[in-house]
Amino acid sequence: MSDIAKSSHQEAENGRYANRLFFLLIYLLLGVAFGIVLTRSEVVSWFRIQEMFHFQSFRMYGIIGSAIATAAISVALIKKLQLRSVSGEIITIPRKDLGSGIRYAFGGTIFGLGWALTGACPGPLFALIGSGVPVMIVAVLSALAGTWVYGWLRPRLPH
Amino acid sequence: MMEWIRGEWPWYLAGPLIGLFVPALLIVGNKTFGISSNLRHLCAAIAPGSVAFFRYDWKRTGLWNLVFLVGVLLGGLIAFHGGASHDVVVSAQTKASLVRLGFHDFSGLAPRELFHWQALLTVKGFVSIVVGGFLVGFGTAYAGGCTSGHAISGLANFELPSLIAVLGFFAGGLAATYLILPILLRGV
Repeated sequence: MSDIAKSSHQEAENGRYANRLFFLLIYLLLGVAFGIVLTRSEVVSWFRIQEMFHFQSFRMYGIIGSAIATAAISVALIKKLQLRSVSGEIITIPRKDLGSGIRYAFGGTIFGLGWALTGACPGPLFALIGSGVPVMIVAVLSALAGTWVYGWLRPRLPH
Repeated sequence: MMEWIRGEWPWYLAGPLIGLFVPALLIVGNKTFGISSNLRHLCAAIAPGSVAFFRYDWKRTGLWNLVFLVGVLLGGLIAFHGGASHDVVVSAQTKASLVRLGFHDFSGLAPRELFHWQALLTVKGFVSIVVGGFLVGFGTAYAGGCTSGHAISGLANFELPSLIAVLGFFAGGLAATYLILPILLRGV
């Protein structure tokens, strides 16, 4: 390879690297925004989860319902307009494989038990570490253990 | 300066804002919104062992999501320290039933009587934090998603697997709320 070809190769490599960093920065900022929304809307709160499962307030249902509606309208628009992402790909949403459905029913129920016990789903578990409940680090480590055990048992579980 | 992130946001603001993360991630990088895959990515990064489920290129598929997750933690930190004292004002009914169980402290996002370091040594603290966390990790991996991936992304795309999963979330949540928690939390 000539020196010129080498340096232009190097430049392209640097460009790709900068591009990747730029996107990671955007994901970081989106994550920060999501953490703020989760915390200020109190969906991270154990008290709110209790209230929800006791059907004593419309609040959580309003939040989840309007989140789904907003996302559904957005997704329909994206599909209709056949938008491309900023990264240049045609936007596609991979569909989940139904299979027998057992994994969704069993896995969903097991997660539901944990959701009510900890009062937090995975996003809030992490947000709570930052928002005054540091002991949730232990819940996160335990969740990692749970995920690991699932991976290990996976070949023996019905799906 | 931080006035806008003070206080509790109404549901009709919070809900649509949460929903907008689905199109935002699709438009930025054709990424599907879902938090719990990060637990799998972390296992793959830290201790894949010889488990096939964790043998994949987590940096290629999951780095963006792990960075998003770091943001979520930072966001919690910013919202917590940027806000005034954050007492959750639950409905009078909920508060009354929690007081009956023995809760006194309603400051903070989670009850301090249950979610602090010493509580890990009590049965109720251990079950709430360690067992609950384990079930969250196991269940979301088994179901292939959590509240974000199934309830929001999945239902917004009208997927039957996600509907089954969400019905499971509530079945499990209600079972724990009505059958386990009243016994577990008695006399906090």
